[in-house]
Amino acid sequence: MSQSFLLDGVAVPFLPGQSVLQATLAAGRYIPHLCYHPEFRPHGSCKLCTATVQGRLVASCTTPASAELVVRSDSEELLEIRRTLVQMLFAEGNHFCPCCEKSGNCQLQALGSDLGVTTAGFRHYFPDRPVDASHPGAWIDFNRCVLCELCVRASAEVDGKSVFAIAGRGLSKRLIVNAPSGRLGDTDFAVTDKAMSVCPVGAILPKRVGFAVPIGSRRYDVRPVSAQALDDAPRLPRASDV
Amino acid sequence: MSDAPLPRVRLATTSLAGCFGCHMSLLDIDERLFPLLERVDFDRSPLTDIKHCGACDIGMIEGGVCNAENVHVLREFRASCKVLIALGACAITGGLPAQRNHLDLGLCLQEVYLTEPSLATGGIPNDPELPLPLDKVYPLHEIVRIDYFIPGCPPSADTIWKVLTDLLAGHTPHLPERLIRYD
Repeated sequence: MSQSFLLDGVAVPFLPGQSVLQATLAAGRYIPHLCYHPEFRPHGSCKLCTATVQGRLVASCTTPASAELVVRSDSEELLEIRRTLVQMLFAEGNHFCPCCEKSGNCQLQALGSDLGVTTAGFRHYFPDRPVDASHPGAWIDFNRCVLCELCVRASAEVDGKSVFAIAGRGLSKRLIVNAPSGRLGDTDFAVTDKAMSVCPVGAILPKRVGFAVPIGSRRYDVRPVSAQALDDAPRLPRASDV
Repeated sequence: MSDAPLPRVRLATTSLAGCFGCHMSLLDIDERLFPLLERVDFDRSPLTDIKHCGACDIGMIEGGVCNAENVHVLREFRASCKVLIALGACAITGGLPAQRNHLDLGLCLQEVYLTEPSLATGGIPNDPELPLPLDKVYPLHEIVRIDYFIPGCPPSADTIWKVLTDLLAGHTPHLPERLIRYD
């Protein structure tokens, strides 16, 4: 008999070592998230997966699951907090969806649609950030980076290259490339790297394949992010599979 | 009581720093224009060519705010319309025109009218009839209060129809996930 915690009044089973978010997704239930990726250690920076645990707001991706937990995720208050977080991300960068190659496959965009965000609401920051097209197979548009650090984690943990890092604090916090010139073309980054494919937004993109998939057939044209995330999540084996 | 005619609604639309793509999408509601016209009279709009907005129930504006004339028109709409809707990506975020926002306006004009050889025909235009450009392209909600937002580039006809029919029915507009698109 596995242990379980309560999520919105329903028992969710978990394995030792799982976080609240991991166990929730494995059980076929959804909590919105952005910087979490099933193949990487939770990072806890975007706060989209914020839920109420024992009455306190916590990031569910970094909260270890345990039997006595009472978790609330599906409340209008939490949805509003998540909408505001998405709005701030949109207002902070330069996210021009109509001309972005990632549009339709972008997790930030898909979260906005799924959460009912129709406007960034805030005063747009319109930062002045560069584009790095120095690499023969990939380019980086820093205007779209949401600082999830998935490329940092993938490059260090999977690719063993540490091509990316985060520098600065507050508004000057930014993604940097680990080369004396600061250019991607001067690193050993390869388009086959995990860091190439893990970006949830349109910051790191392969060259020469933009807009290849027509509108209507793109990842989040077909199904909302809440359904796609469950497809991607490692699932607990069902009794019938054992 | 049920036979009482529904009140008519006055609707104004305009495009500021937009491409009229959102208006094309409005026309794309196709045969639904006929039931719409049973409830709606158009005030200022590209469809009527009325030059100034009168008292209206609903105003819909596409495009961001890129020059002084845009500011005047937007304020006129806000003062005249009970409900003001930002229609499309440019009205909501500044859109493609806002991609000049991280550049110096003077350098932009210089590049286009002086440096670029195919357009260099006598300097930067300064006819007094021309509205002065703003330092940045602004989303509508940064200039006046906006009641509702219809995202998309352009928003689909179904999305525009959903918001209009919700309003005509007296409801707060609600867009489901499949109708909220930013491209």
